[in-house]
Amino acid sequence: MRRVLSVIVLNEHGVLSRIVGLFSGRGYNIDSLTVAPLAGGEFSRINIVTSGDERVFEQIVKQLHKLIPTYKVIESEEFIEKEMALVKIPLNENLGGLDAVLKAYNGVIANSNENFLFLMVADDATRIDNFLKTIKKYNPSDIVRSGSVLMEIK
Amino acid sequence: MKEISGSTMVCEALRAEKVKVVFGYPGGAALNIYDEIYTQTYFKHILVRHEQAALHAADAYARMSGEVGVAIVTSGPGFTNTITGLATAYSDSIPLVLISAQVANSLIGTDAFQEIDAVGISRPCVKHNYLVKNIQELPRILKEAFYIATSGRKGPVHIDIPKDVTAALGIWDYPQEITMKTYKPNYKGNAKQIKKFVELLKEAKRPLFYLGGGCVASNASEELRELVKITQIPAVETLMALGTLRSDDALNLKMAGMHGSYAANMALSECDLLISVGARFDDRITGKTSEFAKRAKIVHIDIDPSSISKIINAHFPIVGDIKSVISQTLDELKRDQFEIQTQEWLETLKRYQNLYPLSYEDSDEVLKPQWVIQECAKLAPDARIITDVGQHQMWVAQFYPFNFPRQLATSGGQGAMGYSLPAALGAKLAVGEKEVVVNFVGDGSVLMNIQELMTAYEYGIVVINIILNNAFLGMVRQWQSMFYDEHFSQTDLSVQADFVKIAEGFGCEGYDIKTKDEFRSAFKRALNSQKTTLLNVAIDRFEDVLPMVPAGGAIYNMILPKLKDKK
Repeated sequence: MRRVLSVIVLNEHGVLSRIVGLFSGRGYNIDSLTVAPLAGGEFSRINIVTSGDERVFEQIVKQLHKLIPTYKVIESEEFIEKEMALVKIPLNENLGGLDAVLKAYNGVIANSNENFLFLMVADDATRIDNFLKTIKKYNPSDIVRSGSVLMEIK
Repeated sequence: MKEISGSTMVCEALRAEKVKVVFGYPGGAALNIYDEIYTQTYFKHILVRHEQAALHAADAYARMSGEVGVAIVTSGPGFTNTITGLATAYSDSIPLVLISAQVANSLIGTDAFQEIDAVGISRPCVKHNYLVKNIQELPRILKEAFYIATSGRKGPVHIDIPKDVTAALGIWDYPQEITMKTYKPNYKGNAKQIKKFVELLKEAKRPLFYLGGGCVASNASEELRELVKITQIPAVETLMALGTLRSDDALNLKMAGMHGSYAANMALSECDLLISVGARFDDRITGKTSEFAKRAKIVHIDIDPSSISKIINAHFPIVGDIKSVISQTLDELKRDQFEIQTQEWLETLKRYQNLYPLSYEDSDEVLKPQWVIQECAKLAPDARIITDVGQHQMWVAQFYPFNFPRQLATSGGQGAMGYSLPAALGAKLAVGEKEVVVNFVGDGSVLMNIQELMTAYEYGIVVINIILNNAFLGMVRQWQSMFYDEHFSQTDLSVQADFVKIAEGFGCEGYDIKTKDEFRSAFKRALNSQKTTLLNVAIDRFEDVLPMVPAGGAIYNMILPKLKDKK
């Protein structure tokens, strides 16, 4: 079962290794991971998408709490969850209908040069999946997808 | 405030933490620290002969004294040699501080001579670790390391200090107290939970305490003895908890698990309320988890929330320090009159104890290891006991009458061979001149750190080492015998070293022993000797440790000893 959680940790040397090492050392899976410092710089927020049954997830949360630099583990039922995708499309493709696709997915043309258009979309994981399926017909030459960024609603 | 060097800071921190003994081994990156050690007078430094031994010695020092153990090593291989020691202390929650030297900051990441990513390697084997990037951080990190090692669920903490930091000058501002935003161990049990727990105790018909290493770590023996006495609830102990209750306490069903007593394992299987106290449901205790205590409600008391429901689902968790929680429970129980009806349950367990007591067939032809252990207990009843890992470890756990906590130091969670010889030295330094330290070791494991006889000789650390020598890697041989068609692959050690000559070569005393009289006489000589002694005792080669639960089996399905006079 897919699970998402955020961990607030001290923003110090090696802290990401501790988190990742905990997952790898105990055989838990990380589906996606995003990290950035919080305002003020003392703490960082690590967003993790993982999978496992109730028991595994409970252990993950407990083990994360056990790490000395862990300040808080957020396991809200209601997160706003967004991923980002960047897509590079050759300009010599037939771009008909691209505007409508971008509009449907709140996407924008983030940049362009003489050879390529660079598209950017931010949405939840399922809709990003759909967007990437749709955009295939424009024969993208590169796709980069981020991990989930999470914010609890309550 | 005055400025002092990083090396001076290390020594000042050890002074502030009242560290009396440090185990270590110098090297290039640690030269500044060792130059400071040369002139300081705060603590005694014991030069071991292998870095792994420094950790095992510091570990047993901590187990025996209840204080923190400290070791100092150099970078690269000096540090990597400590990993087994760190892992051993981590598995058994032993408070240690390891200080390793690192190459200078400017060389980190260049594959410099004796450089290794020490914090990267130690991370899975420690409670926490630090790489000190600059001198300003060092006082805080040193203080935090001691605080983290000795608080909450105790464990080893590693500090890696680059050589330039040990030379740099900085302000010595050692914190008196530590408050960490992210680390606040919870000691007191939730009052409502304690009340409910007491209700469960009163209602139970077949309750059982399952005591683990946390009882020793939190010095809760006195409270637990009182709790057992006033409730008349029987108890089983794990290897790590031996001595929490007296061995002759009628309510002590002895060690449980793979080599536990019949009564202990049957009690676990038939209880209706299992109260786990500072134990972590190791697979050597539970056997097949689906069959473990399956009729029981599980109360799980532990200071570490991540231990609760990790293996066996707890119906009733209490997070807190064992000493606090048990004291709270006693207070709650004493608030009113109570009677817990355990008589019928105790009678059942008594039958189990009488049906298959821990026993062996003695012989006058060949020495039995169990006899040697019992004889040692007669000759030195209050000795501190150290064991290595294997058959001898289990025989000691079964047959030595442990009567007080911290009487035994053994590598429980990791089962690290090579532990006991350096551990015996650390133990002796912790307990002092008057107490006897006896190290039981196998003929395989003794060779893994035998060089520490040299350390014993140099510092006049007097311990008695007993090799229970069956010329086998005994426990592996036992498994090969029972489960691998007697294919004794790579376990026959019948080509032997002359252990007496080895002992003498290191300045110690050695005796070869083949009979009961020889053992009694040599052990008495060892008790009166001013030197460390090595008794090489030839025991029955094919004696097995029984009872035994095959790995992964249900703990009520035990292979039991066949006794001639069994009714």
